[in-house]
Amino acid sequence: MGFDAQFSRRLGERGWIGMTLPKRYGGREASAFARYVVIEELLAVGAPVSAHWIADRQSAPMLLRYGTEAQKERFLPGICRGESFFCIGMSEPGSGSDLASITTRARRNPNGWVLNGRKIWTTNAHRSHFMITLARTEEKTTERHRGMSQFIVDLKKPGIDIRPIRDLTGAEHFNEVVFEDVELSEGDLVGGEGAGWAQVTAELAYERSGPERILSCMALVNTLIDSVGRSPNALQARELGRVAARIFMLRKMSIAVTAQLHAGENPAVAAACVKDLGVTLEQEIPEIAQAIVDLEPSSDGSDYEKVLAHLTQLAPSFSLRGGTREILRGIIARSLELR
Amino acid sequence: MRDLFEETIERIFSDLVSPALIHQCADGAWPETLWSTLEEAEMTFAAVPEALAGAGATWEETFALVRAAGAHAVPAPFADALLANWLLGRAGLQPVKGPLAISAYSELTCSDGYAGGRLERIPWGRHLKHIVAISAGSDPKLVVLDTASAAQLDRRTNLAGEPRDTVVFDRARIVHAQPLPVGTRPDFLPLCGAMLRSAQMAGALQSLLQLTTGYATERVQFGKPIGHFQVIQQQIAVMAEHAACALLAAEAAFVESAGEISVLPIIAAKICVGEAASIGASIAHAVHGAIGFTDEHSLHLKTRRLWAWRAEYGSQNSWSQKLGQSVCEFGSSGLWPMLTQTAKSTPRARESLI
Repeated sequence: MGFDAQFSRRLGERGWIGMTLPKRYGGREASAFARYVVIEELLAVGAPVSAHWIADRQSAPMLLRYGTEAQKERFLPGICRGESFFCIGMSEPGSGSDLASITTRARRNPNGWVLNGRKIWTTNAHRSHFMITLARTEEKTTERHRGMSQFIVDLKKPGIDIRPIRDLTGAEHFNEVVFEDVELSEGDLVGGEGAGWAQVTAELAYERSGPERILSCMALVNTLIDSVGRSPNALQARELGRVAARIFMLRKMSIAVTAQLHAGENPAVAAACVKDLGVTLEQEIPEIAQAIVDLEPSSDGSDYEKVLAHLTQLAPSFSLRGGTREILRGIIARSLELR
Repeated sequence: MRDLFEETIERIFSDLVSPALIHQCADGAWPETLWSTLEEAEMTFAAVPEALAGAGATWEETFALVRAAGAHAVPAPFADALLANWLLGRAGLQPVKGPLAISAYSELTCSDGYAGGRLERIPWGRHLKHIVAISAGSDPKLVVLDTASAAQLDRRTNLAGEPRDTVVFDRARIVHAQPLPVGTRPDFLPLCGAMLRSAQMAGALQSLLQLTTGYATERVQFGKPIGHFQVIQQQIAVMAEHAACALLAAEAAFVESAGEISVLPIIAAKICVGEAASIGASIAHAVHGAIGFTDEHSLHLKTRRLWAWRAEYGSQNSWSQKLGQSVCEFGSSGLWPMLTQTAKSTPRARESLI
């Protein structure tokens, strides 16, 4: 997913960011499905939507739901214009899947809060204006999910050090972010003090159910079809048919979760299903490509060879970002009362 | 209305369909009480229009009935009869009483009110009163045949022990016949059958998931219920994902076929539900251990049906190949429009598909 601030601004001008938000905050009050159509079409053609993606997908709905009136007035119009980019500060060096073990701490002071700690794998932190971060506001107790809160952090504040981390494809998307005595005001707290865990888990349903969980490999599927041509052999036909059927069905599941989100429900379990099934397929696609077309992945070859090289390397991240497959399956198992 | 249909069918199946009955039927018995109860409750006429004395169930409601039949492993052609009567109603013909099913694989030639041909893989053929088939030739007709006029019947079964007989007709009098609309696809009946089996499999998978979570909660090993081990939880979660996908896929195939059979949702459902059946049955057996492999345990009443049904009316492999052929024919620029089409908006795209 490419990053292009100019493209995001143009989309904002067109009214295609924050589409579902109230008009008074710059939105269009469009339905969740209208938004779904727009983002799906953008993804299907590989548009560079990364800059505003997180703000549009989860920060804006989250602020709308839990934010104060002042926060909504301050942040939502900029998101809708495609000018305000957000990132999400959840993981830490010592807290990956075990998110409740975070140690980033916000302590009260007379003016608000002081933030100290370290976030990692924060996508686009180096190119964003704000981070919504999860921090402890109370010492850890036996009730692990208590005492966490979310804050909106202006990344231009003093005391913040952002270091991009190069990934194995050579790209720099994610970062390590260090907070050293970062001063936050009372108005930077998002939602309830101590309600961070519930807010974060609700927010993750947005992150886990969207079309981007199905379409990461569309560019490869398309170039693969072109490479196979009009007369597939039996194996090629079978594999491409199976991929098409699965994308078709996963899309239906993703839309069903969108309907639940739209109705104000918290479809955390359904979203976990969509993400795990979606990621399983996305990770299979480069393998299927290798199995049915005898071309080598190459970073300077044809379109197909380039896309294959890129996605073969990127694929392991699909089942890490937004919650690992083991965590998602744990959520599903809990809903079946096995844990 | 869906609730009413579901309550009625659940009550009938819970009262009358037991593992013992399923075993008896696999040994050749016919569940007369069950069938007459279904007919008295007018369940076999559910999908027939009200104008033809049916209940006029929507496709969503019909789906719920078929799903329930799969969940209970009903040892009678109830789902098949629902569909056959819907087909008759669609052609403007009266529904028929008595056991009936469709014949999706037949070479049936008709002339002057008589029909002849070999009909293969007829569900419960030996117990049927009527068979609904489509005649061969350039002006195909929907034909109702009386099994009493069959010349020959070869008893065959699928791997779950459900009858799938070969019925041969030789100049048998046609009970009813009605020309089909121009442009009816040659694979119309296999598609209908694929839709049916997808919904039955989705129901069976739900039931399998319940059985498996139940067993994992009760069975104690290493001092705790096996469901407390992450390795078991993770496996059952995968099964739950596929069961959820199967349910949505099969329901979509039905709902989008309201009015006219919707090809891509049915094919995609048969492929995805077939895959879910393979994965779900495998995990269910792994979790149940040796006890689930016994004849006495009722697990196999569901898993053997899943293995049988996934292969009927086109396996996931054969439908995948057909779908893949048309994916390649339309090329990369055709894929996205194909996947995002809706049943209502692009009739042309639907017709040209596959």
